[in-house]
Amino acid sequence: MRRLLWPVVILALLLLVNVFFTANFFSIQMRDGHLYGSLIDILRFGAPLILVSLGMTLVIATGGIDLSVGSVVAIAGALACLQISDDAGVFTAVALALGLSVLLGAWNGLLVAVVGIQPIIATLILMVAGRGLAQLITDGQIITVNSPSYKVIGGGYWLTVPFGILLVVVVLAITVFLTRRLALGMLIESVGGNAEASRLAGIRSRGIIIMVYAFAALCAGVAGLMISSNVSSADGNNAGLWVELDAILAVVIGGTSLSGGRFSLGGTVLGALIIQTLTTTIYSIGVPPETTLLFKALVVTAVCLIQSKSFREKVFGGRRRAVPPSPAAEEKVRVTA
Amino acid sequence: MTTVTLNGLRTIPAKYVPVLVTAGLFVAMFVAGGIRYEGFASGQVILNVFIDNAFLLVVAVGMTFVILAGGIDLSVGSVVALSTMISASLMKGPGWPPYLVIPLVLLIGAALGLVMGYIIHAFDIQPFIVTLAGMFLARGLCYTIGTDSIPIEDPTFTAFAQTRIDLFAGLWISPSVIIAAVVVLVAAYVLHYTRLGRSVYATGGSEQSALLMGLPVARTKITVYTVSGFCSALGGVLLSFYMLSGYGLHAVGMELDAIAAVVIGGTLLTGGSGFLLGTVLGVLVLGLIQTVISFEGTLSSWWTKIFIGLLLFVFILLQRLFSARRT
Amino acid sequence: MAVPAPILLMSGIGKQFPGVKALDGVDLRLLPGEVHALMGENGAGKSTLIKVLTGVHPIDAGTIELLGEPVAFGSPLEAQGAGISTVYQEVNLCANLSVAENIFVGREPRRWGRIDWPRMRARAAELLARLELDLDVSAPLSTYSPAIQQMVAIARAIDIEARVLILDEPTSSLDASEVEQLFRVMRTLKEEGIAILFVSHFLDQIYEISDRMTILRNGRLVGEYLTSELSQVELVAKMIGQELAALEKLHGEAKVFDRPLLEARGLGRAGAIEPFTLTVHEGEVVGLAGLLGSGRTEVARLLFGADHASTGEVSIEGTPVSLRTPRVAMNHRIAFCSENRKSDGLIPDLTLRENIILALQATRGWTRPVPREQQDELVGKYISALKISPANPEHLVRDLSGGNQQKVLLARWLILEPRLLILDEPTRGIDIGAKTEIQRLVAQLSDGGMAVLFISAELEEVLRLSHKVGVLRDRRLVAQLPNDDDLTTDVLMETIASGGANGGASGGGAE
Repeated sequence: MRRLLWPVVILALLLLVNVFFTANFFSIQMRDGHLYGSLIDILRFGAPLILVSLGMTLVIATGGIDLSVGSVVAIAGALACLQISDDAGVFTAVALALGLSVLLGAWNGLLVAVVGIQPIIATLILMVAGRGLAQLITDGQIITVNSPSYKVIGGGYWLTVPFGILLVVVVLAITVFLTRRLALGMLIESVGGNAEASRLAGIRSRGIIIMVYAFAALCAGVAGLMISSNVSSADGNNAGLWVELDAILAVVIGGTSLSGGRFSLGGTVLGALIIQTLTTTIYSIGVPPETTLLFKALVVTAVCLIQSKSFREKVFGGRRRAVPPSPAAEEKVRVTA
Repeated sequence: MTTVTLNGLRTIPAKYVPVLVTAGLFVAMFVAGGIRYEGFASGQVILNVFIDNAFLLVVAVGMTFVILAGGIDLSVGSVVALSTMISASLMKGPGWPPYLVIPLVLLIGAALGLVMGYIIHAFDIQPFIVTLAGMFLARGLCYTIGTDSIPIEDPTFTAFAQTRIDLFAGLWISPSVIIAAVVVLVAAYVLHYTRLGRSVYATGGSEQSALLMGLPVARTKITVYTVSGFCSALGGVLLSFYMLSGYGLHAVGMELDAIAAVVIGGTLLTGGSGFLLGTVLGVLVLGLIQTVISFEGTLSSWWTKIFIGLLLFVFILLQRLFSARRT
Repeated sequence: MAVPAPILLMSGIGKQFPGVKALDGVDLRLLPGEVHALMGENGAGKSTLIKVLTGVHPIDAGTIELLGEPVAFGSPLEAQGAGISTVYQEVNLCANLSVAENIFVGREPRRWGRIDWPRMRARAAELLARLELDLDVSAPLSTYSPAIQQMVAIARAIDIEARVLILDEPTSSLDASEVEQLFRVMRTLKEEGIAILFVSHFLDQIYEISDRMTILRNGRLVGEYLTSELSQVELVAKMIGQELAALEKLHGEAKVFDRPLLEARGLGRAGAIEPFTLTVHEGEVVGLAGLLGSGRTEVARLLFGADHASTGEVSIEGTPVSLRTPRVAMNHRIAFCSENRKSDGLIPDLTLRENIILALQATRGWTRPVPREQQDELVGKYISALKISPANPEHLVRDLSGGNQQKVLLARWLILEPRLLILDEPTRGIDIGAKTEIQRLVAQLSDGGMAVLFISAELEEVLRLSHKVGVLRDRRLVAQLPNDDDLTTDVLMETIASGGANGGASGGGAE
């Protein structure tokens, strides 16, 4: 697929840079029956971001955006840890946390699909209030839990592979199944591509939109469990801080347009991996970690510019053949004229 | 429907209603606070809200320009932090005097905004993404300068920061409040009385139409981001007066406060409708919430966020009902 | 008769779009103080001509002279700067700004660098007074009707010292008194020596206001005529041309329709369409004739549940149903090809295949995907049956030509095997080949027992296909006429013009 070309190239370049600084970067070893290696680390630490980005991809494909996922990450972690510290079973804790996440997502979807509020604003509400809610759950403290079975979600291994990576694979597989094997993907792309035309084609877009926001929140909830389980504690204030921005970036880098329509789950996974690899690279090449954000800014700008049509035309304009005005373009002029 | 009749008193143009609602909310909160808490109902409490939020007010003014023009600027918090960081480090290390440092900081802020505006316009990339990159860039630059808090010990700076301007009856304000007030007045003048200001409204109302009406849409879009960058830098300078330090973790999440203030002030996030006065009231409401929570004593600080979220919800719902009724 | 020197002279204009020769050797001259009507059917090249004149598109051949000087505009703005202002059907103003600002924004009167609001409002009121309008100029534009907004757009246009004013279908959303008002304004402007280019679908309006007309057909010039010297019938003949005149009626012999499929009684929607009563039988093609904005589309949207009816009821095969949403209508096997392919029909980013199976998939829900083999089979079948080109199912639908996009939309609904197919302007803006194919298809489908509600601005097309014609005027269904040998375009036009008062004697009128 041509539109995955740039993300693949950038990821490959980043990985190659690492080899210069860490000779055994690509080696994967088996230690104590667990897989170890830089690549495994990238996947393991990138797992929460990939999860959040998957949900975000579907939301963005409907023409929406979800700013509240970071808060949901914090809320899910907080609620699970609170339950476990109150001696509830891990299963109950996880189920409650995920249930609340889905509810919060459905609330976002309701505001967008039924009340008709712009997605960026509708989810801004939960983004702001959700942080407070998470702190309310933890009572402003960092809740520490000591539960080996809870620890498995984010820090455990299963069949030598980190459990987090397996979780990502499962969620990814479910998402691909729902969207590409079943017809959800096409209907999402249709709603995001042209909402009114979709309605007139008989698509019940409300249900789809609510479902998609609920799914995004569910993904965020799982990511929240993963993060809090990995450190065995819940921090309402800082868990998942700015993850929504990273996730949106991952989606955009992956080639899904913020205006909705066509989406690429593969692209999103690549995008999330690029962001995670960037962080790892900065550590491994010995640049002070403080500058991660600087590099991120540069990569974001570069990727967005490369994907911008008018940038390509302005910079590489001479080499591209002029595209004849298609009927579509003509009609557009007509509307705007 | 152009006008809304309130209790049959007189008719008020619909465009002023959101601002009036915010003003009413502010008054109600103040009165309720005065009844509930000892020492709340004093002029100094309101002045303190101004003193503690002068920097936010300046930042929110820049954000108002951007939002009125139909855009959004996520970089403001980071630019504020960057400004404190540059000021502090230049004064501490090479020992530059404030009268050199401050103009430089303002210039850097405006330049950052200009570049973001240019990229948004020229390459047709969503403002959300471009200013997000700007946010990362500015925050990253902060950490590159230093990861620790840098104290500001310049005598002129600290003297200015500690100045109290006495008004009457024992009330006082800080010089920052005066700077913020000047910024608000200038911005209100620009929005209402200059072609640039009207072009901001037109662009936010319908970019397509504005283009066809021959307005300089490109220049307007680039200008609002430059204004926002400048205001953020100025907000950063005011924050460094307030904090007397430069730190990469200053003003984390301030973009949200600024956006919330603008929305609570009745400005439509879709652009083209709203007033600067609303933004001032929005900042005041946010400040008063914090004051109320500090007076309450038993309420924890996170309630601020929950209240702001609730307020946002109510105001957005109101806006939605209003625009639905108009169409 | 001595003719003054033209303000604007276009000669030998040619414009090529991929696959279509939009304009070929077209001449147009605008004289000062005249209203010049630009006539032609949809797709004749009127809007393309306006676009090349105002700099939206460059011309491929020919010259444009303004006051004797050759000009070439790169954008509508440049054209405006040279004194050529255009007012479009959709108002291009900022509804959030006040009326006065919309007239002056960008050119506000200033004093010491600040906008002089009192003077701006005074001048706006003055300017509007010239158009015989008395508005609160400080109220937001959004508080006024589209008609008033249109006037404000004209006020803005004439304040830019226009020498040429182009009015592109300005009357389609105006009611009779508003049209009168507009015409008064046009006459005033005319007396001031401005040349006005006027485009309208309303023949009566053309004859009322225009002095001269230029007729286009299929991108070619038919000729320039003085309005006073050309009868309406001659005009219609020149617009339609000879080729269609010879075509047979497609609907064959009059059939007897005795199995009502859908009955609407007193169905209406406030502000959109007055309550109407209409019955569609199995196998019957019901044509809806009427001018743009007469309520044709509104009827279709109500019958499909795209809008909520405020009054009346619908029954299908005698059973009352409530068509709340398109989905409910689809469950009753009603299909609707919208007039506006771009905004209400296709999903431009999806492929041809996906667009075709979209409605079928919607009825099945997302959990039961249409199996890929079935998709390929259905899509393949309709690509060849409707001669959709390119025949590649994975082609993005945005890159298709208008005619092929229309066929994709048709295919989407045909695979649902509807009992009632509503076609809103299915042949608009597509080439003549695709047009006749779609017409033949409609005839075939109705022969197979499908009921079709056929909406078209072209009366001939309606006559050729329909068994019964409903005539709409001013958002009212004014007459229903059986399509027998007595029914001609003249009768239809008369019915439209008279509102069915005398022409629609043979049909059941609206309630």
